[in-house]
Amino acid sequence: MNNNDLSIIFTASLVASSCALLGCFLILRKMAMVGDAISHAVLPGIVIAFLISGSRDSMTMLIGAGLIGVLTTFLIEFLHKKAKLQTDASIGVTFTWLFAIGVVLISLFAGKVDLDQDCVLYGEIAYVPLDTLIVGGQSIGPRALYIMGIILTIIILFIWIGYKELFLTTFDPAYASAIGISTTLWHYLLMGAVSATTVASFESVGAILVVALLIAPAATAYLITDNLKWMLVIACIAGIVASITGYFFAVWLDGSIAGAIAAMAGAIFVLAMIFSPTHGILMKKISAQPES
Amino acid sequence: MNSLFEFFSFADPNIRFVVIGSVLLTASSAIVGTFTFLHKKSLVGDAIAHAVLPGICLGFILSGTKNPAYLITGAFITGWISLIGVEYITKHTRIKDDTAIGLVLSVFFGIGILMLTVIQKGGNASQSGLDHFLFGKAAALVGDDLIVFGAVAVTLLIAVFLLFKEFSLLAFDKEYAKAIGLPVRWIDLVLTSLTVLAVVIGIQAVGVVLMAAILITPAAAARFWTNKINVMVLLASVFGAFSGLSGAYISYIAPAMPTGPWIVIVISTIAFISFFFAPKRGVINRVLRQRNIRRTINDENVLKTLYQLGEENKDYFIQRNKEEIIRRRRFSPEALGKILQRLENQGYLDKTSKHWVLTEEGKARGQRVVRIHRLWELYLTTHLNIAPDHVHDDADTIEHLLTPELEVELERLLNYPKVDPHKSEIPYS
Repeated sequence: MNNNDLSIIFTASLVASSCALLGCFLILRKMAMVGDAISHAVLPGIVIAFLISGSRDSMTMLIGAGLIGVLTTFLIEFLHKKAKLQTDASIGVTFTWLFAIGVVLISLFAGKVDLDQDCVLYGEIAYVPLDTLIVGGQSIGPRALYIMGIILTIIILFIWIGYKELFLTTFDPAYASAIGISTTLWHYLLMGAVSATTVASFESVGAILVVALLIAPAATAYLITDNLKWMLVIACIAGIVASITGYFFAVWLDGSIAGAIAAMAGAIFVLAMIFSPTHGILMKKISAQPES
Repeated sequence: MNSLFEFFSFADPNIRFVVIGSVLLTASSAIVGTFTFLHKKSLVGDAIAHAVLPGICLGFILSGTKNPAYLITGAFITGWISLIGVEYITKHTRIKDDTAIGLVLSVFFGIGILMLTVIQKGGNASQSGLDHFLFGKAAALVGDDLIVFGAVAVTLLIAVFLLFKEFSLLAFDKEYAKAIGLPVRWIDLVLTSLTVLAVVIGIQAVGVVLMAAILITPAAAARFWTNKINVMVLLASVFGAFSGLSGAYISYIAPAMPTGPWIVIVISTIAFISFFFAPKRGVINRVLRQRNIRRTINDENVLKTLYQLGEENKDYFIQRNKEEIIRRRRFSPEALGKILQRLENQGYLDKTSKHWVLTEEGKARGQRVVRIHRLWELYLTTHLNIAPDHVHDDADTIEHLLTPELEVELERLLNYPKVDPHKSEIPYS
């Protein structure tokens, strides 16, 4: 293992942990598909921010795409509530529309935007080590590593500080609003965090595979524990394990790293589904058998 | 402009094939999608769409060619596996269905991407063009491919046509369908298979990533124009066909462009126009209608208040100012000003400097509201045994909604009573 391997695995683990933490709240709030929708919908935001600022690493991009993510949730709710469109359809219509705009923008400005369709789909994590951050003429390591490090720190702080509020608005929204916690505010804060994470992870794993990292580790953890704190920890571990094994799987097959990580995240979920000591299928079968 | 003319003259046989092909694919996907939509399985369609990618790659790896028959078979198989996966996870674990859909969708897609990249690096020369299945390429619909995809599309259309009644019934009343002995499970299975097939053929034009849109969006748009299922299916297919046509055109003038996103933008534009501007169900119409209802309620409340003030003095045509009205019933002064102005314009009130007085029409309308209110209170206490102190709010709502026919019915039912439960007189004109 050399430095390049390490920095790729490290970046992937940071992406996976950020996604896993937020994913826990998404699936507990039954909003997994909204997460899916946001991860698609931020694409036009990324492209437009790119066209305006001319580079990838600007705060404008994070903020702009974050806003688009929030706008997506808003649009989904608007179509559902005001136009009385059923939820599944309002999600489907909204994100395919925004994603299509993003892809078309990329094709139209192919020369001006340093993005292509492959990047959209599965990112460029293999190139992470090549794009280093230079401070005072000295390379201090891959840029993506720093960005994802900052994002993960922000998310951990967000969950740490807002743990009580997130917990209550997730499990008992009625009680939460009774004691004066705004469910709407925390809803949009969470959506904003999901959007920002998606945008930041975009370069590494692409828009669509972010979804795998949002959902699969969190779903795995959900099958293992009933305690939210443990669920967050286990989801991170599942995400990191998927990143490490996925990387070597991809190297072995000589294929897309992001694709392999998603596949591994799925495999870990299947293992948990069968063997989880608390909610696994095997365990249920055993305990369902009459004692002899 | 020249290319537009060239394209729509359909002189070039290649253009003809591509147009026929993409219109057929998108229209048949839209028709099947209408039922997917009505069965509230739109996102399942999204999952299938992503899950066919590994199947396509598998078909290619095993056969070594891009022969659509192999690719379609592979796609069909993994599409089905994904569905079984979603169902298995929701049934046997505590994971909810949206999580299961997202999970299966992204993991299958990840596997597909992994396989695709492995194939691309494998150096098999015939693999080029396989990535067109990601974002679609209508222009690739030529020759044998067109025949295979076209045949599947026609099969879909025939199947939907034959099972139209069953699908409709299942979409609206599954329990009834069961009760009259329809093989519900089998019909569900057939519909799901058709959805998988629709996805499998639609991806040629739209691509796996955005395939869900061609299933969901035409149906969602059509839903806003009609309540009849056959009209809805027809509209959805027209919307789908139109977007397919535009996709073919884009593919013709800009061969490097993926067609899928353009098709989706066209169909989404149609959908958003429908959401906002459709008569009856559209957002704008809905908002206008709500505003009208709110206005009517406000207007009638003011007339009612003036009538009640008149009752106290036994004279309905006394000049009243705003303060007197507000003392009797709370209105914000600005809102009240607007309402009074409106009522004056409609001839229900006359205005003299700062005072208003009911006209004959105004008195009649105010009286009618009061009458319905009191009749309803009486009806609730005598016929539904609700305590007299609990009936006011309900009556306050119904007084604006009851039709003249129901009003007559109510009077007859209660035998033209003189007073309401609170001993207030019920006024008849």
